[in-house]
Amino acid sequence: MNLFMPSVALDPIHQFKVTKWLDFNVGGIDLSFTNASGFMALGVILTIAFFGVAASKGQLVPSRLQSLAEIGYGFVADMVRGAAGEEGLKFFPFVFTLFFFLFFANMIGMVPYAFTTTSHIIVTGALALLVISIVIGFGFYKNGFKFLKLFAPSGAPWPIYIILIPIEIISFFARPLTLSLRLFANMLAGHIMLKLFAGFAVGLIAAGGAYIIIAPFAFAMGVALNALELLVAGLQAYVFAILTCVYLNDAFHPAH
Amino acid sequence: MLIALLAETAAHGSEHLAEDTPPPFPPFETWHMPSQLFWLAILFGILYLTMSRVILPKLSDTLEKRSDRIASDLDQAARLNDQATEAQQALELRIAQAKNKARETADKARAKMDAEMAAETARVDAEIEKKLDAADERIASLRVEAMKNVEQIAIETADTIVGRFGVSASKSELKKAVTAALE
Repeated sequence: MNLFMPSVALDPIHQFKVTKWLDFNVGGIDLSFTNASGFMALGVILTIAFFGVAASKGQLVPSRLQSLAEIGYGFVADMVRGAAGEEGLKFFPFVFTLFFFLFFANMIGMVPYAFTTTSHIIVTGALALLVISIVIGFGFYKNGFKFLKLFAPSGAPWPIYIILIPIEIISFFARPLTLSLRLFANMLAGHIMLKLFAGFAVGLIAAGGAYIIIAPFAFAMGVALNALELLVAGLQAYVFAILTCVYLNDAFHPAH
Repeated sequence: MLIALLAETAAHGSEHLAEDTPPPFPPFETWHMPSQLFWLAILFGILYLTMSRVILPKLSDTLEKRSDRIASDLDQAARLNDQATEAQQALELRIAQAKNKARETADKARAKMDAEMAAETARVDAEIEKKLDAADERIASLRVEAMKNVEQIAIETADTIVGRFGVSASKSELKKAVTAALE
């Protein structure tokens, strides 16, 4: 018995499907421009357009748009300064780019029929690896081998180190994993839930009879989840950025 | 029943696909990963370069200009305030000086007047004294004169009275008697 509309419209996984828009092959590697690339490009274009327009005038008394851009600037600057200290501002452009890249990607994902680029582990994983590579690279560049003190916090009695050092090493290398999985899983699960409840409401109506009475509740749940997902979209971009700052702080001050 | 329906909704797509191929889970498919990485690198790179080279310098420049402007405005306000305070102090000083000067002038004038008054009073007092002395002298001389006249009159009267009695007395005797009686 098929109560439902065509399966494609209701399949909660379908929204994550990558489809080619333009075939592009280099040396046998498929580098096609896909819907994922397209929506990522849209996010980047929107970010640049927003900040480009907002920052272009540089008025002494800012317009609303410029004010918004300046609030964003101050917000990220305070975040970097708070978590990584005054020296951390060296990485301010990176954290700023990262935050607004994720923020716009997540927010675009909230638009129905849009593709959520951050719902793919390869994207979040690549960004997490980029962050951790910068932490490791800059940590060694700035501190030399003293960077390894990160794994041996001072002040513990020596037998503790036997347990402490492996734990510190594991927790350090778990960082890119947790960083990428947190964002990926939040986006994936959130969008599946949205699709599920919206599809459920439609399904109930299509089923007819007494089910129609329950349909509004499913729909209300979908609306509530939408609000929640909007919060999650902003929050996860923030979490990713602030954790980046926290990890960068380790590169500056490895000895805790 | 509801839960079953929800589950059916969830499972529907996968079931549908399960008929021919195992259900692919797009985030774990590998064919699009190189392209995802490639475009991520390019797009994130473009965004980073635009932000770090163009937009953030512009924004920070604007913010800096604003804070500079505010600082300089505050400086100027402080400077003007200082100037106003200085001017007020100068004014107060001048008022104080003027007051002192006025008091001095008044004091001097008063002292001068006091001195003049004292001198005048002294002069007048001295004149009065002189006049009083002269008057006293005159009174004294008049009294002596008068007393002399009285003696004369008494002697003459005594002479006359004695004459009535038919006795004559010498002038020196009469005078002696009168003097004794007067004393």
